[in-house]
Amino acid sequence: MKDIAQGYMTEDGRQIGAVLMELKNITLKFGGVQAITNASFDIREGEIRAIIGPNGAGKSSMLNVINGFYHPQEGEVWFHGKKRPSMPPSEIARQGIARTFQNIALFHGMTTVENVMTGRQLMMKKNFFWQLLRVGPALEEETVHRRKCEEIIDFLEIQAIRKTPVGSLPYGLQKRVELARALAMEPKLLLLDEPMAGMNVEEKEDMSRFILDVNDQYGTTIALIEHDMSVVMDLADRVVVLDYGKMLADGTPDEVQKNQAVIDAYLGVEN
Amino acid sequence: MFYRESGQFKSSYKEDMQAFPIREDKIGIAVWLLLAYLYVPFFGLPGLEYGFALNAIMIPVLIFTITTIGLNILVGYTGQISLGTAAFMGVGAYSCYKLTSYFPDVNIIILIFSSGFFAAAVGALFGLPSLRIKGFYLVVATLAAQFFLEWCFIRIGWLYNFNPSGAIEVPQREAFGFIVTGAAAEPVTRYLVVLTILIFLTIIAGNLVRGRIGRSWMMIRDMDIAAELIGVRPLTTKLSAFAVSSYYCGVSGALMVFMWLGAAEVESFDVNHSFLYLFMVILGGLGSITGSYMGAAFIWTFPLVLKEIGKVFEINPTVMENVSLVAIGVMIVFILIKEPHGLARLWQLGKQKLRIWPFPH
Ligand SMILES: Nc1ncnc2c1ncn2[C@@H]1O[C@H](COP(=O)(O)OP(=O)(O)OP(=O)(O)O)[C@@H](O)[C@H]1O
Ligand SMILES: [Mg+2]
Repeated sequence: MKDIAQGYMTEDGRQIGAVLMELKNITLKFGGVQAITNASFDIREGEIRAIIGPNGAGKSSMLNVINGFYHPQEGEVWFHGKKRPSMPPSEIARQGIARTFQNIALFHGMTTVENVMTGRQLMMKKNFFWQLLRVGPALEEETVHRRKCEEIIDFLEIQAIRKTPVGSLPYGLQKRVELARALAMEPKLLLLDEPMAGMNVEEKEDMSRFILDVNDQYGTTIALIEHDMSVVMDLADRVVVLDYGKMLADGTPDEVQKNQAVIDAYLGVEN
Repeated sequence: MFYRESGQFKSSYKEDMQAFPIREDKIGIAVWLLLAYLYVPFFGLPGLEYGFALNAIMIPVLIFTITTIGLNILVGYTGQISLGTAAFMGVGAYSCYKLTSYFPDVNIIILIFSSGFFAAAVGALFGLPSLRIKGFYLVVATLAAQFFLEWCFIRIGWLYNFNPSGAIEVPQREAFGFIVTGAAAEPVTRYLVVLTILIFLTIIAGNLVRGRIGRSWMMIRDMDIAAELIGVRPLTTKLSAFAVSSYYCGVSGALMVFMWLGAAEVESFDVNHSFLYLFMVILGGLGSITGSYMGAAFIWTFPLVLKEIGKVFEINPTVMENVSLVAIGVMIVFILIKEPHGLARLWQLGKQKLRIWPFPH
């Protein structure tokens, strides 16, 4: 693995910065089940980091540790160079971590644009009394954030479904709305749990393009879980491989693909 | 093709974010307002005796609409449940009664609005368990609140100024030079006060549910885990819903006693009434303010209509009463299974049909 202590330059010429998040010796148990065992890796600023591994490897659990939904029994999470104390997920969202879910978690009683607006909640500051008046600064604030959401909606090409209740949308579009909602939070670190699962080739290509554009245009750091190896090879700068909760490998897509342990455990089975 | 969105382009998000972006809806609301302010005060309701129209229909329906909007904020918008509604109304009513005894010279309208805050505080307190428990268990917890408060209304004599009858009796009070409470208050005065308060509270509820606060309620309702991962704090969000909801219940409880009943004891706030208000919410439509109007109006007037029909066919009134209970029960079950968004949704569907009329495709 190349020396990346001070950040590095990718093959396509993107500058990757310092470590944004570091996971140190994470161990997570559910009763008798050991979901993650002593896993350590880092995520750098501006990077697209993939987490791969067979079913039940502990990938989603890892994202849940990162955004504070699960609290590991052992290990430390470092963010922005500081050890992060244990805190509720709503506080971690405030630090600039957003995510999408493996089993879409949209707000089904709301329309697309309302769902995207929920991503702006934390940035809206006008208090209760302004909210109930909904005039002047409160209306101004609502309009400013609404405009931003419409930009994101345009960016992800979902204008046509702006006013549609999300429950009635097809799966692929729901995934896209979920991405829009996460983007609306303008996160520093974006976690995507299988953003392309269940999509056809065309939809996957669209989604890959969006992910690259997000990374490129907004400089968002992205950690994503994906099963489709060709997608991972195309998108990721570095890849972590998990198997039964243990780290098998960590490196560039090429390095990981050549790793014998990985081939045995994962690629061998898939291909 | 009278009711349509096409051809009415929104040039700004502000326009698009209005409560009624469609022109025909705006006209409709204006017509309702004109009728409420200029027709009803002079003529009552068509075909009904004036005093009956105001005292037995309009005033209670408007008051219960406030209750229903309040309960809808909790049940329909935030996805919590409460069977303590009537008791929270009671808190508002008894608070208002105590306030009128302590501050006899303060404008009664101000006291009515203030009494809502007592209900809000009590509601938030009994909303605390919602942080840990959901569904059936929360129903039980709110039911406990209902019975505990009923017990307070009976046992704490201070609440009814140790009146031997155990009832609170509304004193005569003036506001803006008119007698608005007590036996001497004209029905039309009370009607106009209640109507104006309802419209005011409707606008506020509409503002809240369309903004940040309303979205945080709906986020908790639709998927509390995702809401939390987006940064919504479950504690403040749920408690704010309980508080706002109970505020509405409190104000409506004060209005019920001061503007309608004239006197009340604990029976006016019992659990049967809590069920009645829940039915209004469900039938009108969960998560709809328009639906709250429809639900309250329907549940209140339906038995009266049946009673009249019964009179025509000379059927025993108690039979008709039971018929209306059964019919409402059946409707609730039907709505819960078939159309969770209630009358409001049916109304919307009707409007949509009109929108594409005369070309159904
Ligand atoms: N909340 C939980 N309670 C108990 N066990 C859990 C919980 N969440 C995850 N697990 C267990 O932890 C292990 C890892 O699960 P995880 O969902 O992280 O896997 P994954 O790598 O995301 O798999 P997949 O590819 O199927 O999504 C599994 O054995 C799973 O059953
Ligand atoms: Mg998973």
